[in-house]
Amino acid sequence: MLTKRIIPCLDIKDGRTVKGTNFVDLRDAGDPVELGALYAKEGADELVFLDITATVEKRKTLSELVNRIAHHVNIPFTVGGGISSVDDVSVLLQNGADKISVNTAAFKRPELIVELEKEFGSQCVVLAIDTRQEEDGEWYVYLNGGRTKTDMKCLDWAKKGVDNGAGEILLTSMNHDGTKQGFALDITRTLATQLPVPVIASGGGGTMDHFIDAFEKGMADAALAASIFHFKEIAIPDLKAYLKDKNIEVRV
Amino acid sequence: MKLTIIKYNAGNIQSVLYALERIGMEAVVTDDHQLIREADKVIFPGVGEASSAMKYLKERGLDTLIKSLQQPVLGICLGMQLMCKYSEENNTDCLGIFDEQVRKFVPQNGEKVPQIGWNNIYDLKSPLFSNVAEESYCYFVHGYAASLGEHTIGTTNYIQPYSSALHKDNFYGVQFHPEKSATVGEQIIKNFCTNI
Repeated sequence: MLTKRIIPCLDIKDGRTVKGTNFVDLRDAGDPVELGALYAKEGADELVFLDITATVEKRKTLSELVNRIAHHVNIPFTVGGGISSVDDVSVLLQNGADKISVNTAAFKRPELIVELEKEFGSQCVVLAIDTRQEEDGEWYVYLNGGRTKTDMKCLDWAKKGVDNGAGEILLTSMNHDGTKQGFALDITRTLATQLPVPVIASGGGGTMDHFIDAFEKGMADAALAASIFHFKEIAIPDLKAYLKDKNIEVRV
Repeated sequence: MKLTIIKYNAGNIQSVLYALERIGMEAVVTDDHQLIREADKVIFPGVGEASSAMKYLKERGLDTLIKSLQQPVLGICLGMQLMCKYSEENNTDCLGIFDEQVRKFVPQNGEKVPQIGWNNIYDLKSPLFSNVAEESYCYFVHGYAASLGEHTIGTTNYIQPYSSALHKDNFYGVQFHPEKSATVGEQIIKNFCTNI
């Protein structure tokens, strides 16, 4: 059976892993290649590397880093952060990335996803959506790392992204991110049941039971988390064993 | 040992090269007929779309070359599908090494297509799977799958059982990505390099 996936996310700044919550109190956490290889060895199903520097002058650093990751990591990995053109993606894929994720640039210019799908195939195009539930109860899309609100509803944008050629959705709830109170089950379930592509739940995972909920109630295909893995609050082998014990299909 | 990876207009070729490096094997990535013909073993990788890949191979005479190879050949993902007779992906006549047909996944109960992620392989019948346990997990990304048939040496179930590995004479194919399938994948690549 196809398994549910556990995906550690590594934030990268100037070629190093950083730990922190909500972009504050960033601390150097070492070489992303070593950390990624360690997670792979522990049973992570995929990795996501998000470049939070993402300035033009640093892009060369990122492609070199991607190349080192590709040499050392034996599971699939996605690279995101500041990607805005076919050329950006081409460099990352040539250096060994399996997928790339797009966010703000794809919203500002939706044809970007069409171009990427045509050039590289939908299997390597992940649409990352940062979303927040407002007081009116609706989930809206946010851009620029959550700093800019839009009037677009999350489900509408996700559907459009999939129509344009996105092969997966990485859904981060800003209401839940950093809280460790559990994933946003309702919006995750809405997208997971209404879209024909896999949905990765992100934001809020704090306990092993939260992952069970993301899969059983949220119907997510994968769950992503960062700090709980980096700070060793949950070890991946323990999480996988717990999920298996609760009859969730996982790779152990 | 001379190991050659066929270069064509499909993705993921670098990943196969890096995976070989991780297990201490060197390989050449090339579309040069002579280099491919002279190799001890050939890997035919790929992620992409069937008809444009076949068109590209034909334009360069690589289609006839691949069919004529006598040494062990391992097709990966799209590479394996192209070694089959026919693919529903844009109605493409493929190389016809394996008689099996490649059909689109048709969801029956809300399954996502393409299949993306880790699934298990079973009914393993080949030295390609030495030291690989039944039901081992491998990483798959595909929207089309080869039917079960006389050349099936590995089966996977998604919506229905299909061929996740094929073998005929000197030709082998795997639907999953051994280069991305952690230690199980590394064992399969090692087996191809040393056991076949």
